[in-house]
Amino acid sequence: MHWRLNRDRLIAILVLLPSIIAVLVFIYGFIGWTSWASTLNWNDMLPIPKGSLFPNTNSIQLDNYIRLFTVDQRFQIDLRNTIVFTVFFIGSCLAVGLSLAIFLDQRIWNEGFFRSIYLFPMAVSFIVTGVVWRWLLNPGSPEAPVGVNQLFANLGLPFLQSRWYTNPEALYFTPESPVGQLLTQIGLGAVTTPNFGISIAMLSVVLAAVWQMSGYTMALYLAGLRGVPDELREAARVDGATEFQIYRRVIMPLLAPITLSAVIILGHISLKIFDLISAMTGPGPAFATDVPAYYMFDTVFRGNHFARGAAIAIILLISVAVLVVPYLANAMRTEVRR
Amino acid sequence: MSKRERRTIKPTRVILYMILVMAAIFFLVPVYILIVTSLKSYADVNLATMWALPRHLSLDSFISAWNGDPSKGTIGLSGNFMNSLKLTIPAALFAALVGSLNGYVLAKWKFPGSNFIFALILFGMFIPYQSILIPLMLTLQSWGKAFKPLLENVEAWQLPIYLEWIRAIIQTYIPAYGTIGGLAIVHVIYGIPITTLIFKNYYAEIPDELLEAGKIDGAGFWGLYTNVLFPLSIPGFVVVIIWEFQSIWNEFLFAVVLTNNAAVQPITVALNNLAGSYIVEWNIQMAGSLLAALPTLLIFIILGRYFMRGLLAGSLKG
Repeated sequence: MHWRLNRDRLIAILVLLPSIIAVLVFIYGFIGWTSWASTLNWNDMLPIPKGSLFPNTNSIQLDNYIRLFTVDQRFQIDLRNTIVFTVFFIGSCLAVGLSLAIFLDQRIWNEGFFRSIYLFPMAVSFIVTGVVWRWLLNPGSPEAPVGVNQLFANLGLPFLQSRWYTNPEALYFTPESPVGQLLTQIGLGAVTTPNFGISIAMLSVVLAAVWQMSGYTMALYLAGLRGVPDELREAARVDGATEFQIYRRVIMPLLAPITLSAVIILGHISLKIFDLISAMTGPGPAFATDVPAYYMFDTVFRGNHFARGAAIAIILLISVAVLVVPYLANAMRTEVRR
Repeated sequence: MSKRERRTIKPTRVILYMILVMAAIFFLVPVYILIVTSLKSYADVNLATMWALPRHLSLDSFISAWNGDPSKGTIGLSGNFMNSLKLTIPAALFAALVGSLNGYVLAKWKFPGSNFIFALILFGMFIPYQSILIPLMLTLQSWGKAFKPLLENVEAWQLPIYLEWIRAIIQTYIPAYGTIGGLAIVHVIYGIPITTLIFKNYYAEIPDELLEAGKIDGAGFWGLYTNVLFPLSIPGFVVVIIWEFQSIWNEFLFAVVLTNNAAVQPITVALNNLAGSYIVEWNIQMAGSLLAALPTLLIFIILGRYFMRGLLAGSLKG
């Protein structure tokens, strides 16, 4: 293929140029800036001299990072919370989304109506979701329950009541428990602390996030199910497969790429989650619902710890990149082949 | 296989519909509480009976959320609602135009390295914005300093009353820290990846033969765009504009960092402040939430089909 520059091709490149420059400066340039800032001794309000990009301060190499991972209790709780949130959020969205999609695929009367109900939360801001669920999951007091606790009391199901996002505790294996003793014996005694537990308050935030995003997963799966040719199902039926077997053996393998897309999309949303936390709980009791994205905002824009915030941002970026770059690279390769 | 016209209803079907209805109830519970609370009169609002239906329909909470309550010193959301409109509409239109041109170039005028550039652009869709937030704020602040003399000049203009809108437009849309224009530009820039992606996929479906025919007729880059591509891209524009409208309307992080005063803050920031305030009653928070959700919900109800397409386009499979 020979490509020669002519007038129209030059115009095409010139049309794209402003966007290329904007992306290079506002994405890659700014990421570079943040990376550099994360190595500076800049954890106070410092003036930036005219014509300079950074304040006059010395480099402390990776000290900001080392501090986060060794002495910063809040950050370590945040890491735990992010992992808990990501695992439960992705797992629940996939399970709920796939189930709803399969149920809706059974020639349902008024399918479009159900689909719209499952999907509409996607159109709403995380801030609205946060405000509403903050009231729904507000426990109130045992005598005067509020929100869903009140609903459970009214329905005669008081055992379902919970402290929701106000619960500062974490579920973990204590060193005395059988599993804890086993872990200690195989040299993993370090994980028998709340720092390696499941923050209960975080699960309330997961509930709100699943309410918002599982319809999206359903839509992805439903689009995938509609792409499965009827002949395949017919052929399996002729071979004597039950409906369950058809889903298990024929359709599920075909949906694997969709699961991968969904994990990437939900994963990067959950690593970046900020709005929902901000509106629903904030850092929570004993940082029970704090996440790195919220800590970064808090420490930079309320505490002027610019370098520490920059370091958190870069850690976030790396974690998202680990998730997304292989996927993008693969998508691009198939793109080029086409 | 089996006969369609079976009179007996299978128990599995009943269970299936029960599950679907229960799921629908789960998704609708927050909507129920939002609407019920918003429609209660002040006398009727009580946390102890928050699930009960309103005894008298009343728009008290809405009016209070919209106008504020001078006796308590709270400001209503009406101004912020308008700010969101002033921000979202031009930014969504502009982002769609930029995305359309980029998609056109990347789909129909490929050049050596264009796939690499596309990948570079695409990665921007996934970055956590925390990683660009500090330099972004500093950049907008420096633009603010640069535009200060101009703004002071504009402030001093002697304008006849019927031209006052010119001053208002300049003050609103000057790109700087703490202006709607600054926030709008930020949304256009960080919208480039997704709008480019959707349009590139959209244009890739349009056969090259159509453009070849145009070329033989002597049409150049712009001729092909305005006469061939653009008329075919109206559905694409609808998808992208809806997508951008809902994501900019619902956005919070840029808005809270880049707008410092209530006069320019979009509704998400104002609602978040309202919800964090102890002097604002919960029924007003609910009415405020409904107000903030209403525009995008209406779009979803009216133009759901296009909304879905935008959603699925985000999954890279176009």
